[in-house]
Amino acid sequence: MTTPKRYFGKPIKRVEDPRLIKGIATYVDDIKLAGMLHATVLRSPYAHAKVLGIKTDAAKALAGVAGVFTGADVNAKCGLLPCASPMPDQKAPKHTVLAGDRVYYAGHPVAIVVATNRYIAQDALDLIEVDYDALPVVSNPEKAIEADSPLTHPELGSNVSFTWSLANGNLEEAFQKADRVIKQRMVHQRLIPMAIEPRGCVAQFSQADGTLTLWTSTQIPHLVRTLLPGMVGVPENKMRIVAPEVGGGFGSKLNLYVEEALCSHLSMRLGVPIKWIESRRENAMATIHGRDQIGDYEVAFQKDGTVLAIKSRTIADVGAYLQLLTPAIPTLTGLMLTGCYKFKAMRMDVTGVYTHKMSTDAYRGAGRPEATFVIERVMDLIAADLGMDPVKVRLRNFPKRSEFPFDTATGLTYDSGNYQGALRKAQQVGGWDALVKQREQARQAGKLFGIGLSTYVEICALGPSKIMAAGGWEWGCVRIEMSAKVTVITGATPHGQGQETSFAQIVADELGVPMEDVVVLRGDTASAHYGRDTYGSRATALGGTALIMCVQKIVAKATKLAAHLLKSKPANIVFRDGKFFVKGKPKNSLGWRVLAQEAYVAKNLPRDFEPGLEASSFFEPKNCTFPFGTHIVAVEVDRDTGEVEVVKYVAVDDCGHQVNPLLIEGQVQGGIAHSLGQVLFERAVYDENGQLLTGEFMDYPLARAKDIPRYIMDSTITPSPSNPMGIKGCGEAGTIGATPAIANAVCDALSPLGIKHLDLPLLPEKIWRAISEAKVK
Amino acid sequence: MIPSAFEYLRPQTFDDAINLFAQHGENAKILAGGHSLIPTMKLRLAQPKVLIDLGRIADLNYIREQDGKIAVGAMATHHQIETSELLREKCPLLCEVAPQIGDVQVRNRGTIGGSLAHADPAADWPAAILALDAELEVAGPDGARVIQAKKFFVDLFQTALKPNELLREIRLPATSKAVAYVKFAQRASGFAIAGAAVVIRPESKAVGIGITGVAAKAYRATASEKKLEGQPLASENIAAAADKASNRVEALNDIHASADFRKHLARVNTKRALELAAARAER
Ligand SMILES: Cc1cc2nc3c(=O)[nH]c(=O)nc-3n(C[C@H](O)[C@H](O)[C@H](O)COP(=O)(O)OP(=O)(O)OC[C@H]3O[C@@H](n4cnc5c(N)ncnc54)[C@H](O)[C@@H]3O)c2cc1C
Repeated sequence: MTTPKRYFGKPIKRVEDPRLIKGIATYVDDIKLAGMLHATVLRSPYAHAKVLGIKTDAAKALAGVAGVFTGADVNAKCGLLPCASPMPDQKAPKHTVLAGDRVYYAGHPVAIVVATNRYIAQDALDLIEVDYDALPVVSNPEKAIEADSPLTHPELGSNVSFTWSLANGNLEEAFQKADRVIKQRMVHQRLIPMAIEPRGCVAQFSQADGTLTLWTSTQIPHLVRTLLPGMVGVPENKMRIVAPEVGGGFGSKLNLYVEEALCSHLSMRLGVPIKWIESRRENAMATIHGRDQIGDYEVAFQKDGTVLAIKSRTIADVGAYLQLLTPAIPTLTGLMLTGCYKFKAMRMDVTGVYTHKMSTDAYRGAGRPEATFVIERVMDLIAADLGMDPVKVRLRNFPKRSEFPFDTATGLTYDSGNYQGALRKAQQVGGWDALVKQREQARQAGKLFGIGLSTYVEICALGPSKIMAAGGWEWGCVRIEMSAKVTVITGATPHGQGQETSFAQIVADELGVPMEDVVVLRGDTASAHYGRDTYGSRATALGGTALIMCVQKIVAKATKLAAHLLKSKPANIVFRDGKFFVKGKPKNSLGWRVLAQEAYVAKNLPRDFEPGLEASSFFEPKNCTFPFGTHIVAVEVDRDTGEVEVVKYVAVDDCGHQVNPLLIEGQVQGGIAHSLGQVLFERAVYDENGQLLTGEFMDYPLARAKDIPRYIMDSTITPSPSNPMGIKGCGEAGTIGATPAIANAVCDALSPLGIKHLDLPLLPEKIWRAISEAKVK
Repeated sequence: MIPSAFEYLRPQTFDDAINLFAQHGENAKILAGGHSLIPTMKLRLAQPKVLIDLGRIADLNYIREQDGKIAVGAMATHHQIETSELLREKCPLLCEVAPQIGDVQVRNRGTIGGSLAHADPAADWPAAILALDAELEVAGPDGARVIQAKKFFVDLFQTALKPNELLREIRLPATSKAVAYVKFAQRASGFAIAGAAVVIRPESKAVGIGITGVAAKAYRATASEKKLEGQPLASENIAAAADKASNRVEALNDIHASADFRKHLARVNTKRALELAAARAER
């Protein structure tokens, strides 16, 4: 990073947007191949049942149907779906691609039809007769661990999937010595990610050379390429995975799904390309869900607000199967449980519990929002208990700036931080004093007005390989083409976050070329040979760094070539603004155009110099990064209807150095919108029979444009020492920081009525009931 | 959308539509804006063999003055109603209800006739139609007849339309500006959990109150109306009347709102709508 920055730090508009806005981008469903057939999945209407028989004759006889397949036909050929984060004591059922003689959740795939088009496939589906014998349903995870509960998977003998504990420090002593102890139960409701583009894939097996190409709407083409070959019996080097345009993932496409294996297998079996596109209803019932933890929390603290210890017993409803990262999610909650505070001791005990529902897994924030919600609610509960200002309680427990790298009670080392700085800035840009006055006046006028605060920290840029099952590095490649255009290939698989723009900014700056000359390729394992993809806000911090490493190699190589052509020594060559010249003679310089041509024409190269100008690199980070910030929210609650109106929203986020502030703003805004939903109205509802009652947008609300308040956004910049650019990541900051801030504001608004805590979502009816009960008291 | 196969018919006149409907009977469904019908076809809950599209029948889409009343054709879209100058002048309640329906796309396609014929218990139009004491002209192979709004809604998704009848026109009285519609929407669908439409008729010192979303069918809050008859619209009177807005109503109960909450919201929104309409009456 020697040359002055022309692009780095600038709010440059996304180069990906024009094609997305014009509707001319290519999503999976836009892919149409010659001879392609369509698959549709028959799903169980029951949450738990014996499958006594499946009659497929009528479906098979329908004109246009190429095949109807059940578990008996395909399970032996497709392998089992993997869980990449197993726990030592884990008990797991065999996760076959189609159900065997039982179904375990409403939406469980039972059969798959292949036909010439989707209409016929769906008609054929309606002709399949399945004889089900309904069995008792396990729907409540707390009841599931009682001795007399029916079993989700009878063969496992228990509904406990795994247990996990994290403990540090002297917990007993802390609780004994504490002036005060508070207990609070909190329920983190189940959420449905609902990416606007449902899942889908197209599999094409080539009989000619035995290669399998799978276009799939995924965040992780590289991990799919690691996991799928073994399942369907195609060697890794004959498998190509392409993630074309992806219409949102939020963790829900950070997984390997049965349909990907099924389509791959059926393309091999039938010798034609197979497409499967998920419907919205399937997306709601058969793509992973998020959250669903129930915790009992206890915190020990002193009269002056100093925190000592926190403990939690948590039940995590994992659903019917462990998907790719299911057990890892509550462990992230444990690691982040102490937030940005100096605790002396902590303990978290997690029990993962099977129920007859869709699996839970990583959803925007993935375990971290739960932790932040708990600790930030706890800070307010402590403040309320002691009659202290919630700001003061937080300030009392922050590590000082000089205490970083900071070792937490959970065993992590936070890279860098300035929590006081972000808090102060948020108070300043949000007009804190005026807000407090406004609250006073509103309350005097009989209104329910509240201010909420969250000072959050999260873990990003996942991560060093030692903590990641399949490696935590990232890969990149930079090539100066013969025409001096620059091709960048990243393994980080951005899918809407904007790295086609920010990576071009980074590379253009480093090479001293115009951004327009840089193309960023992503999402295709045929070009991006290796990668660990996008999740955990890792792509820029890790993938961007891999690119910097590539550029350094290329510049070193080009320096040698320039020295040769300028008849000098490499040590005398200066590289500045895309030009190489002998020290003191900038007029006689060589640019990339000349160097690239010489490098590829290869007639006049230094001795032992490989032709070409290309380099690839793996970046292995030493630590994760820990972005942080402060969100401040003011709300007014309608006494009569229980509706919440967000009056003011202030977000100050610190994600280290910013490649493109516009992208960061977009990421944070999107995250806050998810939080608004989680706090105020989103929830997956299963009834006691395991039926999903919120399987359409008719019943599952997402935040809409009119729900979004005007944001006041700002940032502080505390570079991360974990990577050379000092980047921390921001993809989940909004969701992690906003949820407790909004909830704290609502609880503050209700506090004059003596209401201390309400679980999410804070539905109007829940608030109305709480107000009514408070009045009665 | 992957519905089951159907035949698509597009009559050019209302009489043709009636004939085709009579001819295909139970196998046929009328298609208006499609915004209630198509979602059910998408889920294959409805699998009509024949769709009869009213979209090309020119004389079903109008808003006009007629014999001292305002006549709205069944195929008038929510958007056309929302932006009608005539309605804004003569029957402003409709212009207040329309923009609270769905979003722009829904309002551009959805029709008042489709909404009323569908009789979704949470649809917005029924509240307005009841409060206004509208008349609905329907027609079938045996000719046309007029149904009073309060007789039109029979039960959940059930109207007084005979199986082979079509809704043709909604006739509304001209009113003053003293009207209001206040709605508490279901977050996901946008439909009403409790919507209260109020029309104040200063000439007869009476009010009309229609309530939707609360029960299996939209209803007139007659107890509230009686309480206000001949009374000044003072806030104590309004509060006392609104208190009766969900008296003896068997309210719906689902994941979006309990029966209690619905009844409560009916009272709150009736009060709010009455206050709003009363304030407009003074102006
Ligand atoms: C996303 C979304 C949000 C919505 N939000 C709201 C809302 O907030 N409030 C609200 O009130 N509605 C809402 N709606 C419903 C919308 O207003 C529909 O347009 C309306 O309910 C039905 O009208 P339509 O013209 O679309 O009728 P269609 O869907 O075409 O028809 C509905 C039914 O009526 C029958 N039918 C139609 N016309 C006639 C006729 N002339 N005679 C006899 N039978 C007939 C049809 O056969 C069908 O059974 C929403 C819909 C959607 C998709």
